[in-house]
Amino acid sequence: MKSDKIKFFIFCLVVLLAPLPLSGSYLTNVLVFVGVNSMLALGLNLLLGFAGQISLGQAAFFGLGAYGSGVLTSTYAFNPWLAMVAVALAVAAFAFAIGFPVLRLKGHYLAMATLGVGVIANIAFNETVDLTGGPSGLSGIPNLAIGSFTFDTDLKNYYLVWGFALVMILLALNLVNSRFGRGLRAIHDSEVAARVMGVNARLMKVQVFTLSAFISAIAGSLYCHVMTFISPTSFSYHTSVELLTMIVIGGLGSVYGSILGALLLTMLPEILRTFQDYDIIVYGSLLIVMTIYMPGGLVKGVPALFRRLTPKKAKEGANA
Amino acid sequence: MELLNQVTQFVISGLATGAIYALIGLSFAIIFNSTGIINFAQGEFVMLGGVLTIFCINALQLPLLAAICAAVAGTTVIGLLFERLAIRPLKNATPLALIIITIGASILIRGVVMLLWGKDTQALPAFSGNDPISIAGATLLPQHLWIFGVTILVIVGCRLFFHHTISGKAMRACSFNPRAANLVGVSVGRMVLFSFVISAAVGSLAGVIIAPLTMTAYDVGVMLGLKGFCAAIMGGMGSGLGTVLGGLILGTLESLGAGLISSGYKDAIAFFILLLILFIRPQGLFKKGETERV
Repeated sequence: MKSDKIKFFIFCLVVLLAPLPLSGSYLTNVLVFVGVNSMLALGLNLLLGFAGQISLGQAAFFGLGAYGSGVLTSTYAFNPWLAMVAVALAVAAFAFAIGFPVLRLKGHYLAMATLGVGVIANIAFNETVDLTGGPSGLSGIPNLAIGSFTFDTDLKNYYLVWGFALVMILLALNLVNSRFGRGLRAIHDSEVAARVMGVNARLMKVQVFTLSAFISAIAGSLYCHVMTFISPTSFSYHTSVELLTMIVIGGLGSVYGSILGALLLTMLPEILRTFQDYDIIVYGSLLIVMTIYMPGGLVKGVPALFRRLTPKKAKEGANA
Repeated sequence: MELLNQVTQFVISGLATGAIYALIGLSFAIIFNSTGIINFAQGEFVMLGGVLTIFCINALQLPLLAAICAAVAGTTVIGLLFERLAIRPLKNATPLALIIITIGASILIRGVVMLLWGKDTQALPAFSGNDPISIAGATLLPQHLWIFGVTILVIVGCRLFFHHTISGKAMRACSFNPRAANLVGVSVGRMVLFSFVISAAVGSLAGVIIAPLTMTAYDVGVMLGLKGFCAAIMGGMGSGLGTVLGGLILGTLESLGAGLISSGYKDAIAFFILLLILFIRPQGLFKKGETERV
């Protein structure tokens, strides 16, 4: 427990200091999106990595958060903070309501159903032109502000987004070590066994689904205020798959793994800039290779690989 | 009268796309029945059918029939490689791992096709011209007839294969009880490989015959795959008449919805039906009994 606190403290420090050597360069901007993606990956990981329930529709909740905040603040001139809270609660309520029928399904059927929810949401963003601006997007979304202090630069946005992300990470760390978190892992291993032990599996699955939707909606609100422009392509099936790739690479069932995955996959397109659209080839290969050879993701796979390699080296040393 | 003609028209084109969904649904069911896997890359096999045919015609200057054969053969080889390289290494995999693997394969295939042939939508010429045939105040394209013909042939062919050949019977035995099948000398691994091969062939054929009507591109696989899955779910993941009916119903509803309500929500209609069926009757519309559901 104590080492967990130290870990989190070190992590906070890294987050706090990270943008300083960059001095407001383009990379700061990328790190803002690492923050947004970290929240989304964390939300999905609570659901998939801990409770073992797949969702291919996370982009729907992300999009609902973004469009909810975007429309309320740009068209109806709501207070952005108030809008964020209202939208996140509304999205969570929506997830809670659809959670009961959706999470009765298992495995492949659950994947297809959540995928269906995601696709329907994306079609709705495209077709409700009067409300969302349709395929050409919604612009004129204000930046967030506290009094006269406006979050209008990359650096300010970085601290804004990561402030939220750190709170959520802390929340997630506490959650997974709680009674609730142990219940989720029990459901992951065997739902029947968990039930026998008195875990209310059905309710718990819906609760964690709702929580992940809530986190995604907050990320969506932040995203729309940082970007000040949103369009349906940011909330498509591709985004859901990207999030899945992040947590598979980082580590299913690991809080820091979500962040690592988000960091790597958000940076990757920047590194592969010359290849631009072809990053999906990389995502696809990574999903296959990681699932076959490193099912625990980098956070578990790399230490395991290291352990496997080191005694071998010692032996070789002895022989030589 | 005007409305009646319109509705007839929507039903005819709906039945044609429905037949395609039925074929894709059938290709889902073939793999599912022998392995319990829902292959998320199924739509990509469909897309490959269309894209490879166009490539063979344009770049290799092959005649249509040869191009189609080459495209179906090419997709089948990819299905075979996919099973060997991605599915087989995962022994005793969880459904979660299989979902992630097949999703990975689907976006990998999509990415490679985009890299090789670009993002443009391309059309395949209709197999026998575009002169419409008038029926009951509505028009039918020759391509529609091709679609109905090929679909019926494939479905009858699959039926004969699964019920009247040794290999087909062995595959059904595997789906019923892999261990028992193994004990009587059926190589389960080979049957799984077979099912991927047949499924890729059927899927790609569906992609070939719809390409003249709807155009094709690297990213058409997602939608086609999902709708085929929807048809398969309506039919209870069986490989028989249920899936065909499911596909036809889905195609007709979608076409009517697009024509009479809004074309923008065409795809949403299909997914709405998918969700309804998953929630209310996950065992399929025409089937009694239980499926995987808690």
